[in-house]
This record gives sequence, C-alpha cells and structure tokens, in this order.
Amino acid sequence: MLETLKQPWPWYVAGVLIGLTVPTLLLLGNKHFGISSSLRHICAACLPTKIPFFQYDWKKEVWNLYFVGGVLLGGVIASQFLSNPDPVVVSASTIADLQALNIETDHELMPASIFTFKNLFTLKGLVFFIVGGFMVGFGTRYAGGCTSGHSIMGLSNLQWPSLIATCCFMAGGFFMVHVIFPWLFTIL
Amino acid sequence: MQFSEQPDATSVIDHPIECEAPNDQLSNESLVGSNIKYLIVGLLFGIVFVKAEIISWYRIQEMFRLHAFHMYGVIGTAVVVGMISVWLIKRLQLKTLQGETVVFHKKVFHWGNVIGGSIFGLGWAITGACPGPLFAQIGSGFLVVVVTLVSAIAGTFVYGLLQRKLPH
Repeated sequence: MLETLKQPWPWYVAGVLIGLTVPTLLLLGNKHFGISSSLRHICAACLPTKIPFFQYDWKKEVWNLYFVGGVLLGGVIASQFLSNPDPVVVSASTIADLQALNIETDHELMPASIFTFKNLFTLKGLVFFIVGGFMVGFGTRYAGGCTSGHSIMGLSNLQWPSLIATCCFMAGGFFMVHVIFPWLFTIL
Repeated sequence: MQFSEQPDATSVIDHPIECEAPNDQLSNESLVGSNIKYLIVGLLFGIVFVKAEIISWYRIQEMFRLHAFHMYGVIGTAVVVGMISVWLIKRLQLKTLQGETVVFHKKVFHWGNVIGGSIFGLGWAITGACPGPLFAQIGSGFLVVVVTLVSAIAGTFVYGLLQRKLPH
C-alpha cells in the first residue's frame, strides 16, 4: 500500500481528488475554492495600508490561509514520508528541448540548476524568482483568480469569464516557453 | 445574489473589492477551531500536488510544450468532477454542514481576465507554479521558492496599489 502511494499518482487520481475539493469546501462551510486570494489576505493582514483593495475583514477569510498552510504541510508530509525513490520521469522531447536551452534535466521535481539559493543574486534568480513570482502574484489578482479560482472553481460553475481567463493563462505560458525562452536563455 | 451580510459601503468601489474566493458562511466561526478542517483539506490537497508531480517545473514545461498529457488530464478531470459536483449541489439543493444554502457567484467579465490572465500565464511558465504549488514546493523543501512567494505577494500588493489605474 505504502509502496503504491510512493509512486507518482496518475492524472485521473489527482484530477478526481482536486475536483472534489470544490464540493468539499462548499459543503464544509460555503467556501469558494481559490488559492491566489490567500496572497491578498496576507497583504491585508500583514501590511498596514490605506489601499482600499486591502481594506476588508481578512479574519473572515482566514480559512483560506489555513488552507494554504495545509498545502505547505502537505508538501512536507509528501516529501518526507511518501517520496518517490525513483527519478522523476520527464518526456524525452522535453529533455531535448531543455537541453537546447542548456538546462540539464536532473530528474528531481525542480531543476537544481535553477531553483537554488546560489542563483538568488544572479540574473537567472532575478528572472525565475523575482520577475516570475511577481507576474504570478500580480497577474492572478488582476485576472481575479488563478488555476484554482478560475480554471477549476469558475469552470465548474460554468462561468465564461473564467474560460477566457484560463485560455489567457495557457496563451501566456505558450508564449513564454516558445517565444521568450529561446531568447531569454541566450542572455542567462 | 444572497450575499448581503456586509454593509454596502464597499460597492462604491467599482471593481472587485470583494473577495474572489469568498467565505459565504453566515454562522459565526472561531479563528482557530472552525478553521482546522480547512487546514486538513489543504494538507490532503498539498499531498496530491506533490504526489501527482503538479508542483514539478518539468511537468509545466511538458504541458506548455505539448509533450505530455499529464497536466491536461489532471486539470480536465478536476474540471469535470467539479462541474458534476456543482451541478449535484444545485440540483439536490445540498446544504452546508451548518445547514446553510450553498451560495454561488457570477463572475463578471473584465479586461483583467485577459491582461492579468496572460501575465499570470507568462509567470506560470517561468516559475513552474501557480499560487497553490508555490506553497507545496516550499513544503517539499525547495526553500528558495520562499523568494518567489514573497515576490508574488509583492505583485498582489502592487496590483492593489494600481488597481484603479489599470484597465478593467
């Protein structure tokens, strides 16, 4: 049993479990699935500001912070007790594409050549941590949600603005990988 | 919309001042006791994120390069399961644990869906993470992602700062 759990979980298992988060949160207490809102609550809770966007009762939304705290703990548990002993399988074509960008596939969850403290004060670190993170936080709030709030909760409730947002998420990602990356990695 | 518990003062601000992943529970909740259950749901959710390798930068690269079906399978299945669940909740008029009616919100289109959505997509491909996986990556021991998370919080803050000047 434990050995099975340690293997990578197939997409249909993960998909069903993630989909079930929607009714679970709704039925536990009328909570709407959406993770990027936690970033806003953190701003509202931690930064004293007169900005109207952060003037609301964040304590009422504190469930969202418990939820993301749980996600972090889940990461700890999964990596400590359920970690897969085998190397992460990456598709051969992706390995080849990354090779062309001078990224060695190391068969960990995250490429150690990028996601390391050593890169923090380099141009690579600036792009991957600072710029990338900023775009995620700014973009999701401007879009009114992320993959959870729009692509899963919004689409589950048949909201067409969420479909548009989801298409734009994908378009942005394709553009980055196919148009900007080849250029970007020539200077990194 | 049955969400009228708070005074209407916020409606002066035209664009989404209300929370987009709102708490619609009417009965009182304690700061800790009532919320532990969401920590547990989040914890299970985080385990799924790691075990299905959704937090992997490589999986996101495969997705945007159309080299693997995995992420499309995950998101597609989640949407179908979510849709059926929402339909069932509406159809059977299921109540929450507190016996309250489940509230749904209409999302109103604004240009942020397009512009902000595209900016997020660009960032997603760089970091290999949407906001949820950021937390799970940190938990899995990729501690440098704390910097990414802080930057994402800064991005959210700057959006709040510029909100009224941005096209919506």
